[in-house]
Amino acid sequence: MSIQLHYVVPGDDFTRAGEASGAVKTTLKQLGFRPDVIRRVAIAMYEGEINMVIHAGGGEADVEILPDCVTILLTDHGPGIPDVEQAMQEGFSTAPENVRNLGFGAGMGLPNIKKYTDTLDIETEIGVGTRMRMTVRVTEG
Amino acid sequence: MTIADVKTILNARLVCGEVLDTQVHNACGSDMMSDVLAFVKEQSVLLSGLVNTQVVRTADMMDMVCIVFVRGKEPTAEMIALAQERGIVLLTTPLRMFTACGLLYQNGLNGGDAV
Ligand SMILES: Nc1ncnc2c1ncn2[C@@H]1O[C@H](COP(=O)(O)OP(=O)(O)O)[C@@H](O)[C@H]1O
Ligand SMILES: [Mg+2]
Repeated sequence: MSIQLHYVVPGDDFTRAGEASGAVKTTLKQLGFRPDVIRRVAIAMYEGEINMVIHAGGGEADVEILPDCVTILLTDHGPGIPDVEQAMQEGFSTAPENVRNLGFGAGMGLPNIKKYTDTLDIETEIGVGTRMRMTVRVTEG
Repeated sequence: MTIADVKTILNARLVCGEVLDTQVHNACGSDMMSDVLAFVKEQSVLLSGLVNTQVVRTADMMDMVCIVFVRGKEPTAEMIALAQERGIVLLTTPLRMFTACGLLYQNGLNGGDAV
């Protein structure tokens, strides 16, 4: 089994952020993945999807589902991340006040993605965009 | 306790959802969805004063079964549609956050963290 899914994440509609993650969650449930694996994928992808909407004006999500591994590739053409190491720190955020009023921008997204995934690779270039590849492996348990 | 008990204890109104006999053991109260995503573990009820679709999305990603809006906040039609699609019960209570959390705690609901 190998399933490829593609989603466009619109950058101009905050209410729609999370649609792609919700759809992936539903698919994994239908395929019979373990609840803890689904939860890890859902949280990591949702954090990444929210980031594309609030920091990068939207983007695209490509998801590959294999029986033992889920890979999520998030691509955007936003401003890029000047200092990835700094961005990975808990509490670091450049989110403006209006984003905080919507309940986001605590600077916990990237650390949270790191926590719930088995691998996380960030390729980013200032003024060009960001590509984030994350995998969640299905291990025994 | 069940979702029906939560509704009674908080003098809440049912906004949407049919299954009220689901057992719940833990709850969390927050207006910051970032914190819910980062710190919540097995909580099944979310209390919030924030009203936007991402509150429902966040609860869904965390496998929560019930959201209680405090201070009489009314979820939007979009939020109700999403909650129904994802099988999440929505309640609204006139109580403020502190009082609502306190009453649930007093009646046996836990925060899920070490005391
Ligand atoms: N896709 C992205 N494009 C540009 N910058 C990003 C992106 N994702 C994250 N960032 C940067 O990294 C910081 C930390 O991200 P995160 O840990 O998710 O916290 P938050 O989203 O709450 O600010 C953000 O404030 C932002 O500066
Ligand atoms: Mg974030």
